[in-house]
Amino acid sequence: MKKYELKLNRRNFLKNSAMLGVSTIAPGVFFQELAYGRALDEPASSKIRWGMLINTNQCTDECDACVTACNEEHGIEDFGRPTTDTQWIRKITLTEELSKKSISVPMMCQHCENPPCVDVCPTGASFIRDDGIVLVNKHTCIGCRYCMMSCPYKARSFVHENLENQLPHAPRGKGCVESCNLCVHKIDNGENNTACAEACQKDGHQAILFGDLNDEESDISKQLKKYATKEVRSDLGLNTAVRYRGI
Amino acid sequence: MRDKTEYMVVEFSKAILLYGIVALSLIGLGLFSFITLEHEGHWLTGMNNQVVWGLPHVFAIFLIIAASGILNIASISSVFNIKIYKPLGRLSALLAICLLTGGLIVLVLDLGRPDRLVVAMTTFNFKSIFAWNIFLYSGFMAVIAIYLWMMFEARYNKFVGKVGAFAFAWRVTLTTGTGSIFAFLVAKEAYGALSAPLFIALSLLMGTAIFYKILFWMDRGLGVPLGAEIISRFRKLLIYFIFTVLYITVLAHLTSLYITKNHDFEFFLLFSENIYTFLFWVGQIGLGTIIPLVILYNKKLSKSALGILLASILVILGGFIMLYIIIISGQAYPLDLFPGYNESSTFYDGAISAYTPSIYEVMLGLGGVGISAAIYIFAIMVLDFTPKNLGDEYTLGKEYKEKLIQNED
Repeated sequence: MKKYELKLNRRNFLKNSAMLGVSTIAPGVFFQELAYGRALDEPASSKIRWGMLINTNQCTDECDACVTACNEEHGIEDFGRPTTDTQWIRKITLTEELSKKSISVPMMCQHCENPPCVDVCPTGASFIRDDGIVLVNKHTCIGCRYCMMSCPYKARSFVHENLENQLPHAPRGKGCVESCNLCVHKIDNGENNTACAEACQKDGHQAILFGDLNDEESDISKQLKKYATKEVRSDLGLNTAVRYRGI
Repeated sequence: MRDKTEYMVVEFSKAILLYGIVALSLIGLGLFSFITLEHEGHWLTGMNNQVVWGLPHVFAIFLIIAASGILNIASISSVFNIKIYKPLGRLSALLAICLLTGGLIVLVLDLGRPDRLVVAMTTFNFKSIFAWNIFLYSGFMAVIAIYLWMMFEARYNKFVGKVGAFAFAWRVTLTTGTGSIFAFLVAKEAYGALSAPLFIALSLLMGTAIFYKILFWMDRGLGVPLGAEIISRFRKLLIYFIFTVLYITVLAHLTSLYITKNHDFEFFLLFSENIYTFLFWVGQIGLGTIIPLVILYNKKLSKSALGILLASILVILGGFIMLYIIIISGQAYPLDLFPGYNESSTFYDGAISAYTPSIYEVMLGLGGVGISAAIYIFAIMVLDFTPKNLGDEYTLGKEYKEKLIQNED
């Protein structure tokens, strides 16, 4: 067996150092490029504004199909601690003070055009995508919870627990803030619907309609034109992408 | 003008040992809490998805605004040129650094992802007052460092006034920034723009009270005699600032009471059967305002060092309670998403949220206090921050002799 001899002269030293340097840095640069690569050919476009119309007349108090579907879609677990457990979508029961009429309302991130959470976020982790979806960048969220303080809809949850077996399309983790992302992974896959809307349609309630608010021919735009709808806390001037009928 | 005060490096003593043990124990508690929370998650705290900021934030904001206020003593001497405070300038600046560091560490360690501090320091959204505060806080440290340099270096003493004025402006901005965290919450009735001036007033009060506590400890523990004149000055400062805080508090509540949509919140806070009403009247107004004023105006107590100490401790307690009320009650009170409807849900819509701080939050907060204390004790043992004597004959100079002559006459 040939004995390996290390010839350490200046040329070899420089050559080896350079190779070591390149082999250390290159994967980082290369994989970083891969990580940035979008699965889609096109970036999100401001020509589209995704939104939802919720018809409370068709929503019932007993049904929580939207909540269950959302939890399943994003792997949201119940730890049996209701004050700290995550809720991206919840059902609020409203009782009119005068008539005592009761209404059930699904409530989630309203995907404001002028979101207070994006304004207050110190690192810019809360951001609004060109197509109107308000998201949290899980790489830069420091877990300060200022966005939760500022959200008028109480739409955000802080992950209080250790999470395991997260779903690949729903990168969730302890110590970050999260909220409804309008099933952005489904939109980016071209499915153009949300888990909650699908579940509601499947159950025959048809209370949640998802679509492009900018497209005049979309069902949601047509319905918004036809019926009286409401923006929750419209007094705040946030121009939400989620609108309600029947309240 | 040159600073002619004689300073000393504090030597190791029983008082220092005791102080050091307390400080290090508190840091130990804080570290234990931080590691536990980091490992297990925030569910161990009393904070939740309704009350998202809790006791750690009360501690942090308390320390941060106290830091700004405690520098006021240095400002009085170098900006407003009142000579009796000159020997306290170095200590004042040191204590500001100590308190700010303690407060910021609590704030950082309570983050969901404290490991991403570097993200917070490098990625900014300049529409957020939080991002501005990062600059205000780190800049404050730098300004104080220069201020201290000017104070320590005899050749540069002449610049103390100018640097002091800059530091003064900086700290007013800093406390405005801290108060404004609450001014920019569009949907919460509890908060408004008045929180900025209120925080400035409270910072002056907290800073004065904490400084007095340190002076008292220096007198008893380190043997730095404290003259009657300084005690009397601190008494007056406490009185001014108690009234300022009270004034803005009354103004804020009366303004809020005038606005019909805020009535429910004001009644919840001021006239209901809940912990916040109790804390407001008994803690903030009773313990933190009325009793200290009674002490400070009492013939006997107002002249005793111990009396002023008692008033200072009560004022500190009252200020802490006040911040607790401001920070927690505004979150506990439900948002009104649908005016005209009663709301209920599994996410506590329409309900007053319960918040009980857990032991981990107490330990984390105390850890911050421990860090402030430890930096202080270390600094006074390596550099000459501490004036040798604060007796009237040293602080008053010529005036003292005149006073003696007057008294003899």
